[in-house]
Amino acid sequence: MLLLGVWEIGTMKDATHPDGFWIDPFFYGRPSSIANQLWTWAQNGTAQGPLWLQVATTLEEAALGFLIGVGLGVVFGVALGRVRLLADVFAPYIKALNAMPRIVLGSIFILTIGYNIWSKVALAVVLVFFVVFFNAFQGVREVDRVLIANARILGAKERQLSTDVIFPSALSWILASLHTSFGFALVGAVVGEYLGAYQGIGLMISTAQGTFNPSGVFAAMFILAVVALSAEVALTWLENRLIKWRPNTVTADARI
Amino acid sequence: MPTPAIELRHVTKRFLTPSGTAYTALRDLDLAVGDGEFCAVVGPTGCGKSTTLALISGLELPSEGEVLVGGAPVQRVGRDVGYVFQVDAVFPWKSVLDNVATGPRFRGINRREAEERARDWIKRVGLAGFERYYPHQLSGGMRKRAALAQTLINEPRFLLMDEPFSALDVQTRTLMENELLQLWSATRASVVFVTHDLEEAIALADRVVVITAGPGTVKGVYRVDLPRPRNVAEIRFQPEFSRIYQEIWNDLRDEVLVSYERSKRVVS
Ligand SMILES: Nc1ncnc2c1ncn2[C@@H]1O[C@H](COP(=O)(O)OP(=O)(O)OP(=O)(O)O)[C@@H](O)[C@H]1O
Ligand SMILES: [Mg+2]
Repeated sequence: MLLLGVWEIGTMKDATHPDGFWIDPFFYGRPSSIANQLWTWAQNGTAQGPLWLQVATTLEEAALGFLIGVGLGVVFGVALGRVRLLADVFAPYIKALNAMPRIVLGSIFILTIGYNIWSKVALAVVLVFFVVFFNAFQGVREVDRVLIANARILGAKERQLSTDVIFPSALSWILASLHTSFGFALVGAVVGEYLGAYQGIGLMISTAQGTFNPSGVFAAMFILAVVALSAEVALTWLENRLIKWRPNTVTADARI
Repeated sequence: MPTPAIELRHVTKRFLTPSGTAYTALRDLDLAVGDGEFCAVVGPTGCGKSTTLALISGLELPSEGEVLVGGAPVQRVGRDVGYVFQVDAVFPWKSVLDNVATGPRFRGINRREAEERARDWIKRVGLAGFERYYPHQLSGGMRKRAALAQTLINEPRFLLMDEPFSALDVQTRTLMENELLQLWSATRASVVFVTHDLEEAIALADRVVVITAGPGTVKGVYRVDLPRPRNVAEIRFQPEFSRIYQEIWNDLRDEVLVSYERSKRVVS
Protein backbone atom coordinates (compact mmCIF):
# COMPACT_ATOMS: atom_id res chain seq x y z
CA MET A 1 0.00 0.00 0.00
CA LEU A 2 2.70 2.40 1.08
CA LEU A 3 4.70 1.40 -1.95
CA LEU A 4 1.73 2.16 -4.19
CA GLY A 5 1.31 5.56 -2.53
CA VAL A 6 4.95 6.50 -2.97
CA TRP A 7 4.83 5.31 -6.53
CA GLU A 8 1.70 7.35 -7.26
CA ILE A 9 3.01 10.53 -5.64
CA GLY A 10 6.48 10.00 -7.06
CA THR A 11 5.15 9.99 -10.58
CA MET A 12 2.95 13.12 -10.16
CA LYS A 13 3.80 15.93 -12.49
CA ASP A 14 3.66 19.66 -12.09
CA ALA A 15 5.10 22.60 -14.01
CA THR A 16 8.50 22.44 -12.32
CA HIS A 17 8.80 18.66 -12.59
CA PRO A 18 7.70 17.71 -16.09
CA ASP A 19 9.17 14.22 -15.63
CA GLY A 20 7.46 13.55 -12.30
CA PHE A 21 8.81 14.21 -8.82
CA TRP A 22 11.27 11.36 -8.57
CA ILE A 23 10.07 8.69 -10.91
CA ASP A 24 9.47 9.18 -14.59
CA PRO A 25 5.93 7.97 -15.37
CA PHE A 26 6.93 7.59 -19.01
CA PHE A 27 9.06 4.59 -18.11
CA TYR A 28 7.48 3.36 -14.91
CA GLY A 29 3.79 4.08 -15.34
CA ARG A 30 1.73 4.99 -12.32
CA PRO A 31 -0.82 3.13 -10.25
CA SER A 32 -3.72 5.33 -11.26
CA SER A 33 -3.01 4.96 -14.93
CA ILE A 34 -2.54 1.23 -14.49
CA ALA A 35 -5.97 1.05 -12.89
CA ASN A 36 -7.24 3.20 -15.73
CA GLN A 37 -5.70 0.85 -18.23
CA LEU A 38 -7.30 -2.18 -16.57
CA TRP A 39 -10.65 -0.40 -16.65
CA THR A 40 -10.30 0.48 -20.31
CA TRP A 41 -9.38 -3.10 -21.18
CA ALA A 42 -12.30 -4.44 -19.24
CA GLN A 43 -14.71 -1.94 -20.82
CA ASN A 44 -13.53 -1.67 -24.41
CA GLY A 45 -11.37 -4.75 -24.85
CA THR A 46 -7.72 -4.79 -25.84
CA ALA A 47 -6.12 -4.18 -29.18
CA GLN A 48 -6.35 -7.92 -29.90
CA GLY A 49 -9.91 -8.40 -28.71
CA PRO A 50 -11.90 -8.63 -25.49
CA LEU A 51 -9.94 -8.92 -22.25
CA TRP A 52 -11.61 -12.11 -21.10
CA LEU A 53 -10.50 -13.82 -24.29
CA GLN A 54 -6.88 -12.91 -23.57
CA VAL A 55 -7.07 -14.25 -20.04
CA ALA A 56 -8.94 -17.35 -21.18
CA THR A 57 -6.39 -18.05 -23.90
CA THR A 58 -3.45 -17.79 -21.57
CA LEU A 59 -5.23 -19.86 -18.95
CA GLU A 60 -6.13 -22.52 -21.48
CA GLU A 61 -2.53 -22.79 -22.66
CA ALA A 62 -1.17 -22.85 -19.13
CA ALA A 63 -3.76 -25.38 -17.95
CA LEU A 64 -3.19 -27.70 -20.92
CA GLY A 65 0.55 -27.44 -20.58
CA PHE A 66 0.24 -28.03 -16.86
CA LEU A 67 -1.95 -31.12 -17.20
CA ILE A 68 0.09 -32.71 -19.96
CA GLY A 69 3.37 -31.83 -18.27
CA VAL A 70 2.22 -33.19 -14.91
CA GLY A 71 0.88 -36.36 -16.53
CA LEU A 72 4.12 -37.03 -18.41
CA GLY A 73 6.25 -36.04 -15.43
CA VAL A 74 4.43 -38.41 -13.08
CA VAL A 75 4.44 -41.33 -15.50
CA PHE A 76 8.12 -40.95 -16.37
CA GLY A 77 9.13 -40.15 -12.80
CA VAL A 78 7.35 -43.19 -11.35
CA ALA A 79 8.54 -45.47 -14.16
CA LEU A 80 12.17 -44.41 -13.89
CA GLY A 81 12.02 -44.46 -10.11
CA ARG A 82 10.63 -47.99 -10.17
CA VAL A 83 12.78 -49.56 -12.85
CA ARG A 84 16.49 -49.29 -12.31
CA LEU A 85 17.32 -50.13 -15.90
CA LEU A 86 15.12 -47.34 -17.32
CA ALA A 87 16.70 -44.89 -14.91
CA ASP A 88 20.20 -45.88 -15.95
CA VAL A 89 19.35 -45.58 -19.64
CA PHE A 90 17.42 -42.29 -19.55
CA ALA A 91 19.04 -40.38 -16.70
CA PRO A 92 21.92 -38.87 -18.75
CA TYR A 93 19.54 -37.58 -21.45
CA ILE A 94 17.15 -36.10 -18.95
CA LYS A 95 19.98 -34.43 -17.07
CA ALA A 96 21.33 -32.96 -20.32
CA LEU A 97 17.91 -31.67 -21.36
CA ASN A 98 17.36 -30.23 -17.91
CA ALA A 99 20.64 -28.35 -18.02
CA MET A 100 19.59 -26.58 -21.21
CA PRO A 101 17.93 -23.15 -20.88
CA ARG A 102 14.52 -24.37 -21.96
CA ILE A 103 13.03 -20.96 -22.68
CA VAL A 104 14.90 -20.89 -26.02
CA LEU A 105 12.78 -23.85 -27.06
CA GLY A 106 9.96 -21.30 -27.23
CA SER A 107 11.36 -19.81 -30.44
CA ILE A 108 11.74 -23.26 -31.94
CA PHE A 109 8.17 -24.20 -31.07
CA ILE A 110 6.85 -20.97 -32.59
CA LEU A 111 8.75 -21.71 -35.78
CA THR A 112 7.75 -25.36 -36.04
CA ILE A 113 4.26 -25.37 -34.56
CA GLY A 114 3.19 -21.85 -35.46
CA TYR A 115 1.42 -18.94 -33.79
CA ASN A 116 -1.46 -21.09 -32.51
CA ILE A 117 -1.88 -22.10 -28.86
CA TRP A 118 -0.04 -25.41 -29.22
CA SER A 119 3.39 -23.82 -29.45
CA LYS A 120 2.70 -22.22 -26.03
CA VAL A 121 1.31 -25.47 -24.64
CA ALA A 122 4.45 -27.24 -25.78
CA LEU A 123 6.68 -24.72 -24.03
CA ALA A 124 4.62 -24.98 -20.85
CA VAL A 125 4.78 -28.79 -21.01
CA VAL A 126 8.54 -28.73 -21.27
CA LEU A 127 8.88 -26.38 -18.31
CA VAL A 128 6.41 -28.29 -16.13
CA PHE A 129 7.64 -31.74 -17.04
CA PHE A 130 11.06 -31.45 -15.44
CA VAL A 131 9.84 -30.06 -12.15
CA VAL A 132 7.24 -32.79 -11.75
CA PHE A 133 9.50 -35.48 -13.12
CA PHE A 134 12.28 -34.89 -10.60
CA ASN A 135 9.85 -34.72 -7.71
CA ALA A 136 8.02 -37.89 -8.72
CA PHE A 137 11.33 -39.67 -9.26
CA GLN A 138 12.63 -38.59 -5.87
CA GLY A 139 9.30 -39.42 -4.23
CA VAL A 140 9.48 -42.97 -5.55
CA ARG A 141 13.05 -43.32 -4.37
CA GLU A 142 12.09 -42.16 -0.88
CA VAL A 143 9.29 -44.69 -0.35
CA ASP A 144 9.69 -46.43 2.98
CA ARG A 145 11.22 -49.88 2.38
CA VAL A 146 9.19 -51.37 5.20
CA LEU A 147 5.92 -50.31 3.57
CA ILE A 148 6.96 -52.05 0.38
CA ALA A 149 7.97 -55.16 2.33
CA ASN A 150 4.65 -55.10 4.17
CA ALA A 151 2.67 -54.79 0.94
CA ARG A 152 4.55 -57.70 -0.59
CA ILE A 153 3.84 -59.84 2.46
CA LEU A 154 0.18 -58.89 2.29
CA GLY A 155 0.10 -60.21 -1.27
CA ALA A 156 0.73 -57.22 -3.56
CA LYS A 157 1.70 -57.93 -7.15
CA GLU A 158 4.11 -55.57 -8.92
CA ARG A 159 1.30 -53.45 -10.36
CA GLN A 160 -0.43 -53.19 -7.00
CA LEU A 161 2.85 -52.11 -5.43
CA SER A 162 2.92 -49.20 -7.85
CA THR A 163 -0.69 -48.14 -7.45
CA ASP A 164 -1.22 -48.87 -3.75
CA VAL A 165 2.11 -48.06 -2.18
CA ILE A 166 4.53 -46.22 -4.41
CA PHE A 167 2.18 -43.74 -6.03
CA PRO A 168 0.32 -42.67 -2.85
CA SER A 169 3.60 -42.42 -1.02
CA ALA A 170 5.16 -40.28 -3.74
CA LEU A 171 2.00 -38.21 -3.99
CA SER A 172 2.99 -35.69 -1.35
CA TRP A 173 6.21 -35.02 -3.24
CA ILE A 174 4.33 -34.70 -6.50
CA LEU A 175 1.71 -32.40 -5.03
CA ALA A 176 4.39 -30.20 -3.54
CA SER A 177 5.84 -29.76 -7.02
CA LEU A 178 2.49 -28.70 -8.47
CA HIS A 179 2.69 -25.28 -6.85
CA THR A 180 5.94 -24.46 -8.59
CA SER A 181 4.92 -26.13 -11.80
CA PHE A 182 1.73 -24.14 -12.35
CA GLY A 183 3.90 -21.05 -12.10
CA PHE A 184 6.13 -22.56 -14.76
CA ALA A 185 3.14 -23.39 -16.96
CA LEU A 186 2.09 -19.75 -16.78
CA VAL A 187 5.62 -18.62 -17.62
CA GLY A 188 5.66 -20.99 -20.58
CA ALA A 189 2.33 -19.73 -21.89
CA VAL A 190 3.17 -16.04 -21.47
CA VAL A 191 6.68 -16.27 -22.88
CA GLY A 192 5.32 -18.24 -25.81
CA GLU A 193 2.72 -15.55 -26.47
CA TYR A 194 5.31 -12.87 -26.08
CA LEU A 195 7.40 -14.51 -28.79
CA GLY A 196 4.50 -14.66 -31.19
CA ALA A 197 0.75 -15.19 -30.90
CA TYR A 198 -2.72 -14.02 -31.95
CA GLN A 199 -4.17 -13.83 -28.44
CA GLY A 200 -3.09 -13.85 -24.82
CA ILE A 201 -1.66 -11.86 -21.95
CA GLY A 202 1.88 -12.31 -23.24
CA LEU A 203 0.87 -10.64 -26.48
CA MET A 204 -0.71 -7.79 -24.50
CA ILE A 205 2.61 -7.27 -22.76
CA SER A 206 4.56 -7.30 -26.00
CA THR A 207 2.07 -4.87 -27.60
CA ALA A 208 2.24 -2.54 -24.61
CA GLN A 209 6.01 -2.71 -24.75
CA GLY A 210 5.98 -1.95 -28.46
CA THR A 211 3.84 1.18 -27.94
CA PHE A 212 5.88 2.42 -24.94
CA ASN A 213 2.97 1.90 -22.60
CA PRO A 214 4.43 0.89 -19.19
CA SER A 215 0.99 1.03 -17.59
CA GLY A 216 -0.09 -1.64 -20.02
CA VAL A 217 2.83 -3.86 -19.07
CA PHE A 218 2.12 -3.44 -15.37
CA ALA A 219 -1.59 -3.96 -15.84
CA ALA A 220 -0.94 -7.22 -17.67
CA MET A 221 1.40 -8.29 -14.90
CA PHE A 222 -1.31 -7.51 -12.40
CA ILE A 223 -3.72 -9.77 -14.25
CA LEU A 224 -1.09 -12.50 -14.31
CA ALA A 225 -0.57 -12.20 -10.59
CA VAL A 226 -4.30 -12.59 -9.96
CA VAL A 227 -4.40 -15.66 -12.20
CA ALA A 228 -1.38 -17.21 -10.45
CA LEU A 229 -2.82 -16.54 -7.00
CA SER A 230 -6.17 -18.11 -7.87
CA ALA A 231 -4.39 -21.17 -9.21
CA GLU A 232 -2.38 -21.38 -5.99
CA VAL A 233 -5.55 -21.32 -3.90
CA ALA A 234 -7.12 -24.04 -6.06
CA LEU A 235 -4.02 -26.22 -5.81
CA THR A 236 -3.81 -25.89 -2.05
CA TRP A 237 -7.44 -26.92 -1.83
CA LEU A 238 -6.75 -29.92 -4.07
CA GLU A 239 -3.71 -30.88 -2.03
CA ASN A 240 -5.65 -30.84 1.21
CA ARG A 241 -8.37 -32.92 -0.38
CA LEU A 242 -5.97 -35.51 -1.74
CA ILE A 243 -3.77 -35.99 1.28
CA LYS A 244 -6.18 -35.64 4.13
CA TRP A 245 -4.40 -38.56 5.81
CA ARG A 246 -1.40 -36.41 6.61
CA PRO A 247 -1.09 -34.87 10.05
CA ASN A 248 -2.19 -31.39 9.14
CA THR A 249 -1.66 -28.25 11.16
CA VAL A 250 -4.21 -26.05 9.45
CA THR A 251 -7.34 -28.16 8.98
CA ALA A 252 -10.29 -29.01 11.13
CA ASP A 253 -8.59 -30.56 14.13
CA ALA A 254 -6.72 -27.33 14.86
CA ARG A 255 -10.01 -25.50 15.14
CA ILE A 256 -11.75 -27.71 17.70
CA MET B 1 9.60 -86.75 13.50
CA PRO B 2 7.06 -84.96 11.23
CA THR B 3 8.33 -82.24 8.90
CA PRO B 4 8.61 -78.96 10.80
CA ALA B 5 6.47 -76.04 9.62
CA ILE B 6 9.49 -73.76 9.41
CA GLU B 7 13.06 -74.92 9.13
CA LEU B 8 16.40 -73.16 8.71
CA ARG B 9 19.33 -75.41 7.86
CA HIS B 10 22.88 -74.13 8.22
CA VAL B 11 21.78 -70.68 7.22
CA THR B 12 24.37 -67.96 6.74
CA LYS B 13 23.39 -64.45 5.76
CA ARG B 14 25.88 -61.82 4.68
CA PHE B 15 25.10 -58.20 3.90
CA LEU B 16 27.08 -55.75 1.87
CA THR B 17 27.98 -52.88 4.17
CA PRO B 18 28.09 -49.28 2.94
CA SER B 19 31.91 -49.46 2.98
CA GLY B 20 31.75 -52.35 0.51
CA THR B 21 32.82 -55.19 2.78
CA ALA B 22 30.64 -58.18 3.65
CA TYR B 23 29.07 -58.33 7.09
CA THR B 24 27.95 -61.70 8.42
CA ALA B 25 24.65 -61.22 10.24
CA LEU B 26 23.85 -64.93 10.71
CA ARG B 27 26.27 -67.83 10.73
CA ASP B 28 25.30 -71.46 10.41
CA LEU B 29 21.92 -71.00 12.06
CA ASP B 30 19.71 -74.04 12.58
CA LEU B 31 16.13 -73.63 13.66
CA ALA B 32 12.99 -75.73 13.42
CA VAL B 33 9.48 -74.70 14.38
CA GLY B 34 6.82 -77.40 14.65
CA ASP B 35 3.34 -77.20 13.16
CA GLY B 36 1.17 -74.96 15.33
CA GLU B 37 4.07 -74.22 17.65
CA PHE B 38 4.71 -70.85 19.27
CA CYS B 39 8.44 -70.28 19.14
CA ALA B 40 10.07 -67.24 20.71
CA VAL B 41 13.48 -65.99 19.62
CA VAL B 42 15.55 -63.92 22.02
CA GLY B 43 19.00 -62.42 21.69
CA PRO B 44 20.93 -59.23 22.17
CA THR B 45 20.36 -56.31 19.84
CA GLY B 46 21.89 -56.65 16.40
CA CYS B 47 22.25 -60.43 16.64
CA GLY B 48 20.17 -61.05 13.52
CA LYS B 49 16.66 -61.69 14.81
CA SER B 50 14.96 -59.48 12.26
CA THR B 51 17.19 -60.94 9.58
CA THR B 52 15.99 -64.42 10.53
CA LEU B 53 12.37 -63.38 10.05
CA ALA B 54 13.17 -61.68 6.74
CA LEU B 55 14.68 -64.98 5.55
CA ILE B 56 11.65 -67.01 6.60
CA SER B 57 9.29 -64.53 4.94
CA GLY B 58 11.19 -64.65 1.65
CA LEU B 59 11.93 -60.93 1.68
CA GLU B 60 15.61 -61.89 1.88
CA LEU B 61 17.32 -65.00 0.59
CA PRO B 62 20.08 -66.82 2.48
CA SER B 63 23.70 -66.52 1.34
CA GLU B 64 24.24 -70.14 2.30
CA GLY B 65 22.06 -72.91 3.60
CA GLU B 66 18.37 -73.57 3.17
CA VAL B 67 15.14 -72.07 4.44
CA LEU B 68 12.08 -74.30 4.26
CA VAL B 69 8.54 -73.20 4.98
CA GLY B 70 5.80 -75.80 4.90
CA GLY B 71 8.42 -78.29 3.66
CA ALA B 72 9.27 -76.29 0.52
CA PRO B 73 12.36 -74.10 0.02
CA VAL B 74 11.61 -70.39 0.16
CA GLN B 75 12.22 -68.63 -3.13
CA ARG B 76 9.91 -65.63 -2.93
CA VAL B 77 7.47 -64.04 -0.54
CA GLY B 78 5.10 -66.81 0.48
CA ARG B 79 1.31 -66.57 0.38
CA ASP B 80 0.75 -68.15 3.77
CA VAL B 81 3.13 -65.93 5.68
CA GLY B 82 2.10 -63.11 7.97
CA TYR B 83 4.68 -60.64 9.21
CA VAL B 84 4.22 -58.01 11.89
CA PHE B 85 7.20 -55.69 11.45
CA GLN B 86 9.40 -54.24 14.17
CA VAL B 87 8.63 -50.69 13.03
CA ASP B 88 5.28 -49.22 12.04
CA ALA B 89 4.28 -50.62 8.69
CA VAL B 90 0.62 -49.65 8.36
CA PHE B 91 0.01 -47.44 5.34
CA PRO B 92 -0.28 -43.83 6.54
CA TRP B 93 -2.55 -42.83 3.65
CA LYS B 94 -5.13 -45.53 4.36
CA SER B 95 -7.76 -45.48 7.06
CA VAL B 96 -7.79 -48.30 9.61
CA LEU B 97 -10.52 -50.03 7.62
CA ASP B 98 -8.60 -49.78 4.34
CA ASN B 99 -5.39 -50.83 6.02
CA VAL B 100 -6.91 -53.97 7.44
CA ALA B 101 -8.71 -54.73 4.17
CA THR B 102 -5.47 -54.38 2.18
CA GLY B 103 -4.47 -58.06 2.31
CA PRO B 104 -7.77 -59.45 1.02
CA ARG B 105 -7.94 -56.70 -1.63
CA PHE B 106 -4.44 -57.59 -2.86
CA ARG B 107 -5.54 -61.20 -2.97
CA GLY B 108 -8.39 -60.38 -5.31
CA ILE B 109 -11.35 -60.34 -2.94
CA ASN B 110 -13.98 -57.74 -3.85
CA ARG B 111 -14.25 -54.58 -1.82
CA ARG B 112 -17.50 -55.37 -0.03
CA GLU B 113 -16.40 -58.71 1.30
CA ALA B 114 -12.91 -57.44 2.15
CA GLU B 115 -14.40 -54.58 4.18
CA GLU B 116 -16.81 -56.88 5.92
CA ARG B 117 -13.98 -59.13 7.03
CA ALA B 118 -11.89 -56.11 7.95
CA ARG B 119 -14.64 -54.80 10.23
CA ASP B 120 -14.78 -58.15 11.94
CA TRP B 121 -11.03 -58.16 12.56
CA ILE B 122 -11.01 -54.56 13.70
CA LYS B 123 -13.55 -55.57 16.32
CA ARG B 124 -11.48 -58.58 17.36
CA VAL B 125 -8.39 -56.49 18.03
CA GLY B 126 -10.47 -53.95 19.93
CA LEU B 127 -10.45 -51.08 17.47
CA ALA B 128 -14.20 -50.92 16.77
CA GLY B 129 -15.25 -47.34 16.20
CA PHE B 130 -11.88 -46.31 14.74
CA GLU B 131 -12.47 -47.64 11.21
CA ARG B 132 -12.31 -44.20 9.62
CA TYR B 133 -9.22 -43.01 11.51
CA TYR B 134 -5.88 -42.55 9.83
CA PRO B 135 -2.77 -44.05 11.48
CA HIS B 136 -1.45 -40.67 12.60
CA GLN B 137 -4.64 -40.20 14.58
CA LEU B 138 -4.06 -43.41 16.57
CA SER B 139 -1.85 -44.10 19.56
CA GLY B 140 1.17 -46.37 19.17
CA GLY B 141 -0.72 -49.26 20.76
CA MET B 142 -3.69 -48.78 18.49
CA ARG B 143 -1.43 -48.75 15.45
CA LYS B 144 0.02 -52.09 16.58
CA ARG B 145 -3.48 -53.47 16.89
CA ALA B 146 -4.23 -52.29 13.38
CA ALA B 147 -1.02 -53.95 12.17
CA LEU B 148 -2.02 -57.16 13.95
CA ALA B 149 -5.47 -57.17 12.34
CA GLN B 150 -3.91 -56.36 8.96
CA THR B 151 -1.70 -59.43 9.28
CA LEU B 152 -4.16 -61.86 10.86
CA ILE B 153 -6.97 -61.16 8.38
CA ASN B 154 -4.99 -63.15 5.81
CA GLU B 155 -5.14 -66.12 8.19
CA PRO B 156 -1.45 -66.91 7.78
CA ARG B 157 -0.31 -70.43 8.56
CA PHE B 158 3.09 -69.03 9.41
CA LEU B 159 3.08 -65.97 11.60
CA LEU B 160 6.24 -63.92 12.08
CA MET B 161 6.27 -61.19 14.70
CA ASP B 162 9.17 -58.83 15.30
CA GLU B 163 9.06 -57.26 18.76
CA PRO B 164 5.45 -56.28 18.13
CA PHE B 165 4.84 -54.98 21.63
CA SER B 166 8.18 -53.49 22.58
CA ALA B 167 6.99 -49.91 22.12
CA LEU B 168 3.97 -50.32 24.40
CA ASP B 169 3.56 -49.55 28.09
CA VAL B 170 3.47 -52.54 30.44
CA GLN B 171 -0.31 -52.65 30.96
CA THR B 172 -1.23 -52.38 27.29
CA ARG B 173 1.43 -54.89 26.54
CA THR B 174 0.12 -57.53 28.94
CA LEU B 175 -3.35 -56.97 27.55
CA MET B 176 -2.21 -57.44 23.99
CA GLU B 177 -0.11 -60.48 24.82
CA ASN B 178 -3.19 -62.17 26.22
CA GLU B 179 -5.20 -61.14 23.19
CA LEU B 180 -2.52 -62.52 20.91
CA LEU B 181 -2.58 -65.88 22.70
CA GLN B 182 -6.34 -65.98 22.38
CA LEU B 183 -6.31 -65.15 18.67
CA TRP B 184 -3.51 -67.62 18.08
CA SER B 185 -5.27 -70.47 19.91
CA ALA B 186 -8.16 -70.03 17.48
CA THR B 187 -5.91 -70.24 14.39
CA ARG B 188 -3.12 -72.53 15.56
CA ALA B 189 -0.63 -70.95 13.21
CA SER B 190 3.07 -71.68 13.60
CA VAL B 191 4.56 -68.59 15.19
CA VAL B 192 8.06 -67.16 15.32
CA PHE B 193 7.98 -64.34 17.84
CA VAL B 194 11.07 -62.17 18.18
CA THR B 195 11.60 -60.21 21.36
CA HIS B 196 14.43 -59.18 23.60
CA ASP B 197 12.23 -59.42 26.64
CA LEU B 198 12.85 -62.86 28.13
CA GLU B 199 9.77 -62.71 30.36
CA GLU B 200 7.56 -62.07 27.37
CA ALA B 201 9.20 -64.92 25.49
CA ILE B 202 8.58 -67.44 28.28
CA ALA B 203 5.05 -66.24 28.98
CA LEU B 204 3.98 -66.67 25.38
CA ALA B 205 6.00 -69.48 23.86
CA ASP B 206 6.20 -73.25 23.76
CA ARG B 207 9.88 -72.98 23.05
CA VAL B 208 12.48 -70.25 23.47
CA VAL B 209 15.51 -70.02 21.19
CA VAL B 210 18.51 -68.00 22.34
CA ILE B 211 20.64 -66.46 19.59
CA THR B 212 24.26 -65.43 20.18
CA ALA B 213 25.58 -61.92 19.76
CA GLY B 214 26.23 -61.26 16.04
CA PRO B 215 26.99 -63.11 13.89
CA GLY B 216 23.91 -64.89 15.17
CA THR B 217 23.71 -68.61 15.64
CA VAL B 218 21.65 -70.74 18.01
CA LYS B 219 23.04 -70.83 21.52
CA GLY B 220 20.33 -72.86 23.17
CA VAL B 221 16.74 -74.05 22.84
CA TYR B 222 14.43 -74.37 25.85
CA ARG B 223 11.04 -76.00 26.22
CA VAL B 224 8.47 -74.05 28.20
CA ASP B 225 6.10 -76.58 29.73
CA LEU B 226 3.64 -74.18 31.23
CA PRO B 227 -0.03 -75.13 30.87
CA ARG B 228 -2.33 -73.38 28.40
CA PRO B 229 -4.50 -71.36 28.26
CA ARG B 230 -2.17 -68.94 29.99
CA ASN B 231 -2.76 -65.63 31.60
CA VAL B 232 0.34 -63.59 30.90
CA ALA B 233 -0.22 -61.32 33.87
CA GLU B 234 -0.21 -64.20 36.36
CA ILE B 235 2.03 -66.79 34.83
CA ARG B 236 5.12 -64.84 35.91
CA PHE B 237 4.48 -65.77 39.51
CA GLN B 238 4.61 -69.51 38.99
CA PRO B 239 7.72 -71.22 40.41
CA GLU B 240 8.21 -73.09 37.12
CA PHE B 241 8.36 -69.74 35.33
CA SER B 242 11.20 -68.41 37.46
CA ARG B 243 13.08 -71.70 37.14
CA ILE B 244 12.97 -71.51 33.33
CA TYR B 245 13.79 -67.83 33.49
CA GLN B 246 16.93 -68.50 35.55
CA GLU B 247 18.03 -71.23 33.21
CA ILE B 248 17.65 -69.20 30.04
CA TRP B 249 18.98 -66.00 31.56
CA ASN B 250 22.28 -67.71 32.36
CA ASP B 251 22.72 -68.29 28.65
CA LEU B 252 21.39 -64.98 27.47
CA ARG B 253 23.33 -62.85 29.94
CA ASP B 254 26.70 -63.81 28.44
CA GLU B 255 25.51 -62.85 24.96
CA VAL B 256 24.03 -59.58 26.12
CA LEU B 257 27.32 -58.78 27.84
CA VAL B 258 29.32 -59.56 24.71
CA SER B 259 27.04 -57.31 22.71
CA TYR B 260 27.23 -54.57 25.32
CA GLU B 261 31.03 -54.66 25.53
CA ARG B 262 31.22 -54.36 21.76
CA SER B 263 28.94 -51.36 21.61
CA LYS B 264 31.02 -49.68 24.32
CA ARG B 265 34.15 -50.27 22.30
CA VAL B 266 32.56 -48.70 19.24
CA VAL B 267 31.56 -45.64 21.23
CA SER B 268 34.91 -45.08 22.94
N1 LIG C 1 20.05 -54.65 4.68
C1 LIG C 1 21.13 -54.69 5.45
N2 LIG C 1 22.32 -54.26 5.00
C2 LIG C 1 23.44 -54.32 5.76
N3 LIG C 1 23.45 -54.78 7.02
C3 LIG C 1 22.31 -55.23 7.54
C4 LIG C 1 21.08 -55.20 6.80
N4 LIG C 1 20.11 -55.70 7.59
C5 LIG C 1 20.67 -56.00 8.76
N5 LIG C 1 22.00 -55.74 8.74
C6 LIG C 1 22.96 -55.98 9.83
O1 LIG C 1 22.74 -57.26 10.33
C7 LIG C 1 22.82 -57.29 11.73
C8 LIG C 1 21.59 -57.92 12.32
O2 LIG C 1 20.48 -57.07 12.08
P1 LIG C 1 19.03 -57.42 12.61
O3 LIG C 1 18.14 -56.31 12.21
O4 LIG C 1 18.65 -58.77 12.16
O5 LIG C 1 19.24 -57.39 14.19
P2 LIG C 1 18.19 -57.66 15.34
O6 LIG C 1 18.62 -58.87 16.07
O7 LIG C 1 16.81 -57.66 14.79
O8 LIG C 1 18.41 -56.39 16.28
P3 LIG C 1 17.33 -55.59 17.17
O9 LIG C 1 17.05 -56.40 18.38
O10 LIG C 1 18.05 -54.33 17.53
O11 LIG C 1 16.15 -55.36 16.30
C9 LIG C 1 23.02 -55.84 12.17
O12 LIG C 1 24.37 -55.67 12.52
C10 LIG C 1 22.70 -55.03 10.96
O13 LIG C 1 23.54 -53.91 10.88
MG1 LIG D 1 15.25 -56.41 14.90
